[in-house]
Amino acid sequence: MSTAEMRLACKPGDYKSDVQPVWCPGCGDYHVLMSFTRAFAALGLPPEKIAVISGIGCSSRIPAYTNCYGFHGVHGRSLALAAGLKVTRPDLTVVVASGDGDGYSIGGNHFLHACRRNIDMTYVVMDNRVYGMTKGQPSPTTEPDFDTALSPGGTGVRPFHPLVIALASGANFVARAFSGSPNETADILVEAIRHPGFSFIEILSPCVTFRPDEKEWKSMVRPAPVEATDDAARAARRLMTDDGFNIGVLYRGERRPFQPPFGRADADLTALETEFVL
Amino acid sequence: MTQATPEITSLPDLLAVAWRIEADAVERYQALAAQMETFNNAELAAVFRDLARAEGIHAEEIRRMAGDLDVAARAREIDPWRSGESPESADLAEAHYKMTPWHALQLALAGEQRALAFFDHILKTATDEAVRKMAAEFVEEENEHVDLVRRLLRRHREPSENWSEDPDAPVAQD
Ligand SMILES: Cc1ncc(C[n+]2csc(CCOP(=O)(O)OP(=O)(O)O)c2C)c(N)n1
Ligand code: SF4
Ligand SMILES: [Mg+2]
Repeated sequence: MSTAEMRLACKPGDYKSDVQPVWCPGCGDYHVLMSFTRAFAALGLPPEKIAVISGIGCSSRIPAYTNCYGFHGVHGRSLALAAGLKVTRPDLTVVVASGDGDGYSIGGNHFLHACRRNIDMTYVVMDNRVYGMTKGQPSPTTEPDFDTALSPGGTGVRPFHPLVIALASGANFVARAFSGSPNETADILVEAIRHPGFSFIEILSPCVTFRPDEKEWKSMVRPAPVEATDDAARAARRLMTDDGFNIGVLYRGERRPFQPPFGRADADLTALETEFVL
Repeated sequence: MTQATPEITSLPDLLAVAWRIEADAVERYQALAAQMETFNNAELAAVFRDLARAEGIHAEEIRRMAGDLDVAARAREIDPWRSGESPESADLAEAHYKMTPWHALQLALAGEQRALAFFDHILKTATDEAVRKMAAEFVEEENEHVDLVRRLLRRHREPSENWSEDPDAPVAQD
């Protein structure tokens, strides 16, 4: 079957598993799942050619809801797992899913170095500015005055700007999307997956349970007023005035992806075992 | 969610897109029913299953009207929702685990109104006579659906302002 025929034959439903999501009704992550399956169908990729890797959190449950290869890993370590997978199986399309806690707190260091290393994979962070799964603690993107029983008076700590960090650390594609526009998010995903190297997408995805105020995001997001650029300095200047609600592709870089010359996917298992005998 | 308005120039395309609108609505109501089942809201799950069934009947009627045309395949080729969402599909972001049948019917009403606006737009902009004639039929039908949901809504009292308050909230956030 040609790629064009494959694309016509693929339906988003083909990428859904039989596992019923347990996200709260209204959670933005339902829309993100929809964007994943729409993007995979648009790419016309067979599910067994895609691996969805995640850490821990409500957002990180997403691999179970697709029928691609999946790995629901350790908190904050999705990028390390994904990097290992991609260098040994470069034929797979690797999509990494994370949350603002998973990806920016415990996994923050991996984020920096994954951007630097520029392995060809797509990193999606579903940012709800809270730890949803553990019941509402502030995360690195939470506003300093988020005043709740769990953070009385707010943290007073300056939030992290994920796009600035991604750009400064060398990500080769940087974008922001909004869960409530699943087709537009799917389009950005398609572009990010096709773009060589490390692609980063921050998806604003409301947590309706612990951040009901985020339902307002629907009326706050807007298409970014400027086209994407391949000039990192220009992208950085744009971020200086970014209020966090501009949606679209910010930066498309041209760095060559990192792919080490050693692929071990077809290595002889017995030989590998011998190598690791203590 | 923004609404999509693909350009429709032939009767088969209109039938395919109309079928797709209903099929998308079925899928969305089924997803909402499953969410409500997961959250032990059986009453609401039943409402969403009924809505899915009703939309399924409409989808089947359109498929019959289309005769030999493979509406699903044609809809896939047209890919009508490249941007925006299928008009009749309920907005997932409006769901809540403590929502009531009144809220579910409000979602249904909004969906029917979007579908009505969609076909009305085709009626007003199409140049092909067969497309206009069929669009007029769809407008009439969608008007009936809007009336039906409004009648159903009269059976339910609007919930009080604090309907989403949970005496056993997930965590104290005050
Ligand atoms: C090593 C480790 N530390 C802490 C936790 C507890 N924990 C589970 S999920 C989570 C934060 C999740 O937040 P985020 O990544 O933003 O995901 P969300 O639930 O908001 O989607 C934490 C701290 C854990 N599972 N493992
Ligand atoms: S707690 Fe928040 S992030 Fe987690 S499923 Fe519920 S709404 Fe979504
Ligand atoms: Mg989070």
